[in-house]
Amino acid sequence: MEKEALISIQQVCTHYNIAVSFFDSLQEYGLIEVVTVEEVQFIPVNKIKELEKIWHMHDELEINLPGIEAITHLLQQMESMQEELNRLRNSLNRYREE
Amino acid sequence: MLPKNEYFGYKRQSHMEFIDYYKILELNKSATDADIKKAYRKLARKHHPDLNPNDAAAKAKFQQINEANEVLSDPEKRKKYDTYGKDWQHGEEYEKARQQQQRQYSTSGDQGYSSSTGGEDFSDYFESLFGGAGSRRGTRPKFRGQDIQAELQMSLRDAYTTHQQTIKVDKNIRLTIAAGVENGQTIKIPGHGGPGANGGPNGDLYLTFNITNDTKFKRDGNDLFATVEIDLYTALLGGELMVDTFDGKAKLTVKEETQNGTKVKLKGKGFPVYKKEGEFGDLYLTYQVKLPTNLTEEEKELFRKLANRK
Repeated sequence: MEKEALISIQQVCTHYNIAVSFFDSLQEYGLIEVVTVEEVQFIPVNKIKELEKIWHMHDELEINLPGIEAITHLLQQMESMQEELNRLRNSLNRYREE
Repeated sequence: MLPKNEYFGYKRQSHMEFIDYYKILELNKSATDADIKKAYRKLARKHHPDLNPNDAAAKAKFQQINEANEVLSDPEKRKKYDTYGKDWQHGEEYEKARQQQQRQYSTSGDQGYSSSTGGEDFSDYFESLFGGAGSRRGTRPKFRGQDIQAELQMSLRDAYTTHQQTIKVDKNIRLTIAAGVENGQTIKIPGHGGPGANGGPNGDLYLTFNITNDTKFKRDGNDLFATVEIDLYTALLGGELMVDTFDGKAKLTVKEETQNGTKVKLKGKGFPVYKKEGEFGDLYLTYQVKLPTNLTEEEKELFRKLANRK
């Protein structure tokens, strides 16, 4: 992975006022991928939005990490089901129009 | 067909009527601070946009809940609301009186993180009563702008080619829309949502395509389907035929004794595969044999002869 596509955890923590230990917990639950380059920990820049969502759930809604893990999994399932539903709906339209 | 820069789907909520914040949080007027916090958490968990992606109703509900909490969780705002809530037009008079008193509260907040969920998008009612949205005592600064959901209508012909299109969401945005986009598909345009606050990044724009089809082709994923009429003699004896494809014409060889309803596949003549340049689905044609009408006596006699031979 290119270094430009990464942001250091330290930088993220300072910017968002998040404790570094929060990332340890996120890693423990497999909620975020941490990349270590020359002993510095980074996360991919494109995962920031995901991190924001997790932080919203944790900080604003007071949902604990096992809860976030379950919700994240269900949201992923929901997204793929919505895509499937959309695909089926478009297929069905073909027969409806006939 | 709609003009290319037409845009539908985004509408800012506007309230100039009294809003019952207690009712929104399912509380009565005697609710304590703890009751308010508890009610807000409970409803926010249910309607938070992060937990209800692409659900405009949940987002609108969350904005109401957020606004209600903004007022009722702040003692000063709650007092003003309780006193003047129903007579919001007099809020300005209250404000003048209040400004005569020394400010007791600091407006600086901690450098936290904030919602991406449009919490700053308050109703006109709120703005009339309390002024600008950023006046909350002790509130944390907003960081990321809100995400915006929008719908873009386009024709199947437009969806067939990669093209540029201008849409208007507060400002004009020029987009390149890749060929092969699906009806109902949502794409994310980073940074084109609501503006961020206090130096924060903008939200994202989520654009859902509503593709109308006024062609004779039906689409299913990347494949196209159409019906082609052939005459009885071509069906029986075979022959050549020019058929319409989505982007031109193709020459087909019809086999002898082709049955009505026979399907043929024209490989690679379907719809472009989204974001896979040069890849196309297939075109399926169904032959519909058209029987001759207005037969002359001689033709009828020939058909009778044929019928008798069988």
